[in-house]
Amino acid sequence: MSDALISPAVGGTLWAATAGLTAAAARGVERSGDDSRIPLMGVLGSFVFAAQMVNFAIPGTGSSGHLAGGLLLAILLGPHAAFLVMASVLAVQALFFADGGLLALGCNAFNLGVLSSYVAYPLVWRPIAGPSPGRGRLVVASVAAGIVGLELGALGVVLETTASGISSLPFASFAGAMLSIHLAIGLVEGLATAGVVLVLWRARPELAGGPGRANGSGLRTVVVAVAVAAAVIGGALSLVASDRPDGLEWTVARIAGVESPAAPEGGLHAALARLQGRTAVLPDYDLPRGDAAAGRKGGSAATSLSGLLGAAVVLALALAIGSGLRALRRRNGGS
Amino acid sequence: MARIEAARAGLGRLDALARRDSPASRLDPRTKVLATFAFVAVVASFGRLDLLRLAPLALYPLALAALGDVPARPLLVRLALASPFALGVAAFEPILDRAPAMALGSVVVSGGALALLTVLAKFLLSLSGALLLVSTTPFDEVCVALGRLGLPRALVSQLLLTYRYLFVLAEEAGRLVRAHALRSPERPRPSAGEGARLVGNLLVRSIGRAERIHAAMRCRGFEGTFPVRRSTSPGAGDLAFVAATVLLLVCARRWDLPALAGRALFGVFG
Repeated sequence: MSDALISPAVGGTLWAATAGLTAAAARGVERSGDDSRIPLMGVLGSFVFAAQMVNFAIPGTGSSGHLAGGLLLAILLGPHAAFLVMASVLAVQALFFADGGLLALGCNAFNLGVLSSYVAYPLVWRPIAGPSPGRGRLVVASVAAGIVGLELGALGVVLETTASGISSLPFASFAGAMLSIHLAIGLVEGLATAGVVLVLWRARPELAGGPGRANGSGLRTVVVAVAVAAAVIGGALSLVASDRPDGLEWTVARIAGVESPAAPEGGLHAALARLQGRTAVLPDYDLPRGDAAAGRKGGSAATSLSGLLGAAVVLALALAIGSGLRALRRRNGGS
Repeated sequence: MARIEAARAGLGRLDALARRDSPASRLDPRTKVLATFAFVAVVASFGRLDLLRLAPLALYPLALAALGDVPARPLLVRLALASPFALGVAAFEPILDRAPAMALGSVVVSGGALALLTVLAKFLLSLSGALLLVSTTPFDEVCVALGRLGLPRALVSQLLLTYRYLFVLAEEAGRLVRAHALRSPERPRPSAGEGARLVGNLLVRSIGRAERIHAAMRCRGFEGTFPVRRSTSPGAGDLAFVAATVLLLVCARRWDLPALAGRALFGVFG
């Protein structure tokens, strides 16, 4: 998920939801009172980055993949600590690797952290794997949880993008593409996770119990977390519902709009713009639709042109101020 | 892997940039953190066809880069390495939305093309905002600032440690992959099974490292939290920076500055 695709309302909602979960997770980790977990979590955060550098061939496709790490962290650390590690990995990615961005950080922490730590791990992996899984159970549990986690994450990306209204991809085809791609990615993620866990348990059999049970992450917190997750997803859905009175109608309007540019899209569009309040699209940009595009081209063309020239002037001014400040700094530093 | 390797190589440079003395690095880290979030939120608040209205916002990264004496090249390199997911999604816009949205003389720009350019502009603006924060502020100071702004302590320690060992473990992973490529030159990319064993090996080593780090931390009196250094407090520079940022963001949000400038300068066309 990326800053360029989301609206502040969606970004803010997901930020608030993940901030609440982060506080709960941090309390959970601090309450465990085991200070050896702090360096372990830190090193595993760096490990997730390092593991992403190991690209391996995916059989039968000719492409390559790497571990994403959310499910592996939950198996190794339990849900609370895994979520905190994932949140910090995503924050470092947003800041230093320009991946995603700061406003989208809430969305990314939700899609990649909350859903794997608080949904896929406790509701899919643990019930299937049981207390001390053998090789077969581990593989089945990991593949199932990997697929569930990544499919939910992909669905989250589609919902957040659609609710933001920046992209005009129809919901159904966007969701179809994302979900089918992530089915394959989830399968690979599950298999890779199981493989890595098996290597670890063979080398360090004393770690095979898993810390999820050791620090007693109760069922209650998990249920609360899932309820919060459901509430947030519901909230995102209702945002879509309120912005787009009818998802299907909206898709149809979009597709009709592709077929004939003269389709009466302006009314719906204007209503959306009003709903978005002050983020409204300038009326000038809506003008050259339908008859305006065919007939009164002169007036709108002039407004567009003067707007473009105005933007160029403003940009040039910004550049001039920037290089002026830079020159000023150089002179002060040099003297 | 090339992408992450290249990104990692640049990480040291970003860190070195952040540790120099400049007017931007002397600002209180909390001021910069809050300004960055406000800037990113305002950039995102513009609609899907508001390309031109984003122009004034370019002043924020340009001015901060100038105040921090941050060269353009490393920033542009990192922007080029950024994940292209947003652009991939936006690439469909010109196909989906062919309604004319803007006319420049006889050239008609479709809504889709304008939307694609708007996403590209937002992408560059918000990511350069984040990159400028970390290239004018050492990351440990960013973490301390986040802690003072209310981020839970466990997450602050987590961020500090993840960043600290990022360099170490990335090098270790690089060595593993290189060693594998040297052992099997005809098939340098590991198969899925070999990949799982390489990553598993890395995991075993990482956990061992974490245990040694914990022992060392205990030797130095660690009892669960990092002591937080409280050195900075906002000064006159911060006040000026906040005032300028708020002025820019409010004006850019409230008024259509490019249209006003265009009307004032080129009103003759209208």
